[in-house]
Amino acid sequence: MRVTVDTAVCADHGQCIFSAPEVFQFDPDGKLVWETTPEESQREAVLEAADVCPVQAILVDG
Amino acid sequence: MRGRIVVVGGSLGGLRAAEQLRGAGWTGELLVLGAETHLPYQRPPLSKSVLTDPDVDALSPAAVAGRPAVALRRRASTGDVTWRTATPVVSADLTGCVLTTATGQRIGYDALVVATGIRPRRLDVPGFHPSRHVVRTVEDATGLRRRLRPGTRVVIVGGGFIGCEVAASARTLGCRVTVVDPLPAPMLTQLGHTLAGALQAAHESRGVRFLLERSVLALTAEPSRWRTPAGVLLDDGEVVEADVLVEAVGSVPNVEWLAGNGLDLTNGVLCDNDLRALGADRVVAVGDVARFPNPRFDPVPRRVEHWCVPTDTAQRAARTLLHTLHPGTPVAPGAFAPLPSFWSDQYHLRLQGFGALSVADRIEVLHGAAAPGWDRDGLVVGHYRGERLVGAVVAGGPPALRMRHQQLVQEANPAPQAGEVADVAETA
Repeated sequence: MRVTVDTAVCADHGQCIFSAPEVFQFDPDGKLVWETTPEESQREAVLEAADVCPVQAILVDG
Repeated sequence: MRGRIVVVGGSLGGLRAAEQLRGAGWTGELLVLGAETHLPYQRPPLSKSVLTDPDVDALSPAAVAGRPAVALRRRASTGDVTWRTATPVVSADLTGCVLTTATGQRIGYDALVVATGIRPRRLDVPGFHPSRHVVRTVEDATGLRRRLRPGTRVVIVGGGFIGCEVAASARTLGCRVTVVDPLPAPMLTQLGHTLAGALQAAHESRGVRFLLERSVLALTAEPSRWRTPAGVLLDDGEVVEADVLVEAVGSVPNVEWLAGNGLDLTNGVLCDNDLRALGADRVVAVGDVARFPNPRFDPVPRRVEHWCVPTDTAQRAARTLLHTLHPGTPVAPGAFAPLPSFWSDQYHLRLQGFGALSVADRIEVLHGAAAPGWDRDGLVVGHYRGERLVGAVVAGGPPALRMRHQQLVQEANPAPQAGEVADVAETA
């Protein structure tokens, strides 16, 4: 599974962090950082994070 | 698996239900019936970017609904789902398992997902106004945008989420904006006096006028004499002229089509904690239309019109429905206890909320103060029931401020363990 975030679209809502806190985080500067190839055990959480992103910035492949 | 599941409602809730049914293993027929003419699209931009983006003027509503920033992506697993748009369902026979569409077509089902959402409540006052608007559909938004020109006098009735967002968008476009609300401050019940006052000041500093603690008694134009100034008559006798009238006075759940089946349709479809419609077999409800208990807070069933609710409820409802059809499939573990969250963007200001604001009995400032620069530094209010923090709203400030308060609300309201949840029928 490969996770891509369109940072040009991301508007810092942070909803992905609530759904998948082990994959998505804000860094100390308030910028979104994420695991690009998370563990398979995170699949449901990552798919939910993509679902709840208010600007659909998260793409999940594979 | 054989048979047909019909999802009534083709917006976010219906889409998520279809995706979650496929995700949970439903391989039978899946039919989604939507009342609108478009495939599922996002509503949050309708009161914000769709109103303010000049590119929208050259586009049809269908083209706007299909734009990447507006159209909802659909998971690949829904490739074999049948979508029928422009197909409102007008009645249902839940005993015979048959739906009737507006054109009289009858459609049978083996299981049913109710995802018909809400519609705007309309002003119920006498009189006429030639340009009355609501903001719910893409047609509503593109129609309103065409009327918003520099200098246009816009009266917005209702200072809640939608009213404030439309006020910000209309002001950004150079309109002359007045907001009328019966409460002493905009978004008061969600924000409390301090933050609501700060929000009001932010709007006023940009030129929005508020007429508060006032309500509309009548509309003042005369349809037969179009030169009569159009406007609204307020309960203190003032007449406010309005070229455009926006009604942002709440919502009504779309449940009429379910009448006559013995369901409790008082303010939405009454459901248990697994989203089963009480009083019907093989029927679940998702999204804005579902009234369900959230044991994270209390056993009282409520409708929740927040962004995450269609996604959360669809996850649970899909598993419930599959287990009903095929008792061998697993039920979701534990209680269904989502932590609601929502946001609102007005000018450059981000408001983000967490928890069950409506169950609170008081609101206190947790961080910051209504002083100059509050939008940069952040202003946070906490919603308490007794001593318990049941919700919080974060306005402005850095992302870390929002994360910290979401965490605080989550920790103060842990999801109950399996077995702790009483049945809704005993407690409601």
